[in-house]
Parts: sequence; structure tokens; C-alpha cells
Amino acid sequence: MKEKNLLKNPSFQAILTSLVCIVLGLLIGFVVLLMINPAGAGEAIKTILLNFLTRASAAAQMKALGNTLAKTAPLLMCALSICFCYKVGLFNIGAPGQYEAGACIGLYAALAWHCNWVICLILAAIAGAIVGAISGTLKAYRNVNEVISGIMLNWIMLYMTNMILSRKAVKDPASPYTIKLASGNKGALIPSAGLNKLFANNTTVTIAIPLAILFAILIWVILSKTKFGYELRATGFNKEAAKYAGMKEKQNIIVTLAIGGALAGIGAAFLFLTGYQEWSTTQTSVPGMGFNGIAATFLGGLHPIGTIFASFFIQSITDGGALINKSVYPSQISDLISSIIIYLCGFVLFFKFALNNWIKKKEKKEVSKVEGAAVKAEGGDK
Amino acid sequence: MVLLLQYTIIFASVLCLVALGGCFSEHSGVINLGLEGIMVMGALGGAVTMFLLPASSAKIVIVLCTTLAAILVGMLFSCLLAVACINFKADQTLIGTAMNLLATAAATVFVRAMNTSINPDNVSTSIQYIQEKKAFLKYFGKFEFNWFMVMAVVLLIASYFLLYKTKFGLRLQACGENPQAADSVGINVYKMRWAGVLISGFLGGLGGIVYITAGVSEWKFEMGVAGFGFLALAVMIFGQWKPTNIALAALLFGLFRALSNVYTGIPFLAAMNIPSTVYNMLPYIISLIVLAFTSKNSRAPKAEGIPYDKGMR
Repeated sequence: MKEKNLLKNPSFQAILTSLVCIVLGLLIGFVVLLMINPAGAGEAIKTILLNFLTRASAAAQMKALGNTLAKTAPLLMCALSICFCYKVGLFNIGAPGQYEAGACIGLYAALAWHCNWVICLILAAIAGAIVGAISGTLKAYRNVNEVISGIMLNWIMLYMTNMILSRKAVKDPASPYTIKLASGNKGALIPSAGLNKLFANNTTVTIAIPLAILFAILIWVILSKTKFGYELRATGFNKEAAKYAGMKEKQNIIVTLAIGGALAGIGAAFLFLTGYQEWSTTQTSVPGMGFNGIAATFLGGLHPIGTIFASFFIQSITDGGALINKSVYPSQISDLISSIIIYLCGFVLFFKFALNNWIKKKEKKEVSKVEGAAVKAEGGDK
Repeated sequence: MVLLLQYTIIFASVLCLVALGGCFSEHSGVINLGLEGIMVMGALGGAVTMFLLPASSAKIVIVLCTTLAAILVGMLFSCLLAVACINFKADQTLIGTAMNLLATAAATVFVRAMNTSINPDNVSTSIQYIQEKKAFLKYFGKFEFNWFMVMAVVLLIASYFLLYKTKFGLRLQACGENPQAADSVGINVYKMRWAGVLISGFLGGLGGIVYITAGVSEWKFEMGVAGFGFLALAVMIFGQWKPTNIALAALLFGLFRALSNVYTGIPFLAAMNIPSTVYNMLPYIISLIVLAFTSKNSRAPKAEGIPYDKGMR
């Protein structure tokens, strides 16, 4: 009886389905590795899974873990952006565009205006929020699907960011990248508050990591414990009903996407203001961070807390992929695995539906068995 | 100027083919955000075929085999969308996004594995097909004519007839507008949607190979198709889901893309000194504005994006 109750539990179901997706994704990845070269496939998949644990010394392990965590923070923010909007019934595929806007203004403020990190972070959030709000306004007042406007804005913002960050004040004249923050403006680097000591003096480990986790908890509280979150979710569930109940449904849509945009904008700040990498002004494709965020969101069972673990997992296998023997296997194998996982996440609803149906059927059978036995017993008495 | 014309026509051919693909899929009721991925896979299929065929093969053989391979791989890949979204009622936005990521990753892994298996030191992500590519080209003075341009025009006309003048096309549209009504008169909605998605795989895959053989000189698969699938989506919206308008929109957006490549060669445009990013941005900005003004009474198929469930009436 206890096992059945566990299977019925929605959070257990969410974890179970996510694990199934991960296992299947890894299995397909493993088969691909076997097809490329069977000799080292086992070793390669182990490297992808273990990532930092494959490093030789404890210090090197901690340093590698620090790198993974430093990139998990922005990924988590993008995932939260998508998760938050999805809970309100909006698919924020525009997260990469909002992320680009955050990177653009965050870096510009840091390098051209020499602002300190707090101001840069806030400006990045505002920039993301504005881009999100454009999608929201178009959706609320002009009936434009947020997915389509999001995609268009992703590309508009990509080219605009490239254009703005190519200016003399921010771009390194010798390379296509923006000037390193360490030499351009040290004050714009997010402080580490001693965290880097824990990770073998990895300077990219900053308070961005705990902040991202705090944001995840905050989003969870807002969505499930406050009136505001309830109203937003009600709007997403049924716009007309929300309007009838006296909620400002149009405003709610805009606010939702603006918050989503702010989260993605902060995500960009969490990456570019740690000095982990610079913006390449010649890039011609939308950064993958936002799209990987979709993976983390769905793998995390559309729950802000689950998203934390999912983000870490996605980032960890991505970094692990960079460690495998590159003369034999392409490192993109981990992109392949994570994209398969996202694809499989599409089947989650169906899987849950089938699981619940199966449980119901089984229960019905048992009930009828018990009833049947009871009828028999009664008949025997007479 | 000849260069501008040439680029405009070839980019327009790509956009027109892929947008028509999206158009069929959406008219059947399935939003196909995986067009970019389908293009990558089609390009991969075509490129590998060109690589495998000996350069001495007859031109017609190269053209036919490459085209067929691209179409086939595109259609196969689009099955991923069809299975998930039609039979398993998965979220179409999610699956489309997954397909785009999957295609780029899979193509990169495949090409690199292929390259290293031939030569262990070769870790590049491009396929060599310069010799075979010449089969598609014909020169009229300076103008580089490409057989794909003819294919695009033929398929455009065929699409128009298929969509508006045949029983199949009208039924397909019914499935995108009101699947319940279509079902009630005996049309199999699932089958029609499968057909719509497969046609989009056909046209998307073809568009992919056109893009990499014509639009660019050498192609790295890790780049995907540089957002052309999404641009095609914009073309489709700007064309209001109608083949003739799509063709015109493709020409316009193709012109913008071409301008961003060659504007430095045209004196009066070079003098204006507008960065190429502006030309790249314009198509998206225009589509967004068009959307803002037309979406209130949009021409988009009414039931697109909603999985069809027989039990729901």
C-alpha cells in the first residue's frame, strides 16, 4: 500500500520522470559513444558524469567544481526565468534575448560608465525586464504570441548587443571580445566574500552562486505562498476567469514577463560580472545559456527548487564533456545528451498521465476483487 | 550589383522553401519551431552525400542524390516532432527547441566523428564538398546561377496548388482551423497533421542544403544554420501564412540578408555607413511590428499549437 501512495505523490512522480529522462539520455549518449569508438566509451561517459571528480588532486577538484558552480548560477537564473513564466502559463523562449540585454547593459555600465557591481547588476536586471515587458505588452495588448515575439527579440537583441559592445569604450581593440573586467573596472566584479578560498582560490566563485539559490527560493515562495503569485498563476490558468474575478489580467502578463526578463538579465550579470568570460562581439548565434535554461526547467520538474539541482546537473555534464578525450570523441556529446533529455521531457506529461491511469486501473481492479470476494462470502452465508 | 542580386535570390530561395515548410506544418495545426534543426539535418544529409559521391560523377547524379538525401533526412528528423506533438501531445514549443539543439549537437558530433575516423588529426566540423558543389552552379557572365533557384520556384507554385486547389490542401487547412469539425466529417486529423509536419521536413531539409551550398562558402556544423530557420519563421508570419505573400516576404528579407553581406561593395550604401548588424536586425524588427499590427485579427491557423484530442469537443 505504501509503495502505491509513493507512486501517487506528484513530487515523487516528478523526480522519477526526470530520472527516467536522464537515464535514457545518458543511454543514448553512451550508444553514440560506442558507435564512434567502443574502446573508450565507458571511460568517456564516466568522465562526463563525474566531471570535476576526475581531476587528480583535491585542490584541482575543488577548482573545477568552482568553475562548474560559477556557470551554474547564470544557468539557474535563466531556468528560473523560464520556470516562473511557465508557471504563469507563458513560455518565455525570449530568455536568451533578455539575457543578452542584461549582458549588454551590465557590461556597458561596467566598462564605459565605471559603475560598481551592484549598479551593474541592477541595470542588467532592468534591461532584461524591459525586453521581457516588450514581449508582455505585445501579448497583452496586441495578442502577439510570446513565443514568436521572444524569438524575434532574441535575434534583435543579439545584433544590438554586438553593435553596442563593439564601441571603443568597451571592446578590446586587439580581439573581438569586450575588455576584461579585471583590467577595465575591478569594482564591477561581483565580490567573492571569501568563497573563492573554499574552491582553491578560484576567482570566478562569487556570491553570485548563493544569490542564485536565494532567488530560486524566493521564486518558489512568491509563486506558492503569496497572493501575488496566486493571482499570476490564476491568470495563466484562465485569463478570462481571472479578469472576471477582478484581477488585472493584462497587467499580470506584462509583470510576469518583466520579472522573467529581470531574472534572465541578472543571469547574464552573474556570468559576465564574475570575469568568467567576455562577450564576443562577432557571435552569430543566440547564446545557448537561455536554451539550456529550458532544459534545466523541465528537468527540474518545473519546480524552482528542482531547477537548482537540474541546472547543476546540466552544467556538470556540459563541463564533463569538455574533459573527455577530444582526439577520439567530440565534446559536443554532452550537448547531444542534454538536448535528448529536453526532448524526452516533452513526454513527461504523457508519462505521468499513463502512470496515473495505470494506478487507477489497478486500484479499481483491487476494489472489484474485494467486492467480488465480499459478494461470494455473502452468497455462501445464505 | 550582380552579387547583390545573386545573394538576394539565393537567400530568398532558402527562406521561401523553409517558410513554406513552416506554412504547411502550421496549416495542419502544428507549430514547427524546429525548422532550424530540420535545416541543419537536411544540410548534413546533403553534405555527406556530396562528400561520399566521387567528384567525377555526372552533374545530374550529384544534384539529384544530394537533393534527395537532404529531403529524406529532413523528413526523418521531422518525424521526431510529429511523434511527440501529434501522438504524445507534447508541448510544441519545448519539442521544437529541443530539436534545434539536438540537430546542431548531433550534426557536430557526426561530422567530427566522421572526420576523425578518416584522419585522426582532423577535428574540424566542416565537410569538404567544394568540387561536388560546382554541379549546382552555372555561370551567366558574373551571375552565379544555382539549380536550387529553379527548384524553389517550382516548389512555390506546387505548394500554392497543393494548399488551395486540391482536396488534400483544403483538408489540411481544416485541421489547423477547426480539427473537431474536420474530424466530424471523417478527416483523420492525426494523419493530416503528420502529412503537414512531413511536408515541412521535406521543404526544411531542402532549404538547409540550399543554404550551405549556396549562401556560404564553407560551413562549420557547430554553427547550425545561423538563425535562418527562425528568419524563415519571420518570413512566414510576414507572409501571413500564404504562399504568394511568403514568396514576396522571402525576397524582401533575402535582400536584407544579402545587403548585410555585400553592402560594402555598393558605393552609396557604404557611404551611409550603416553597420551590417542593422541589416541583420531589420527583418526581425519588421516582423515584430507587422505582428503587433496584424495579430488582433491574425491570419494564423486558429488551432495551431493545440494538440488534437479526440475526446475533447
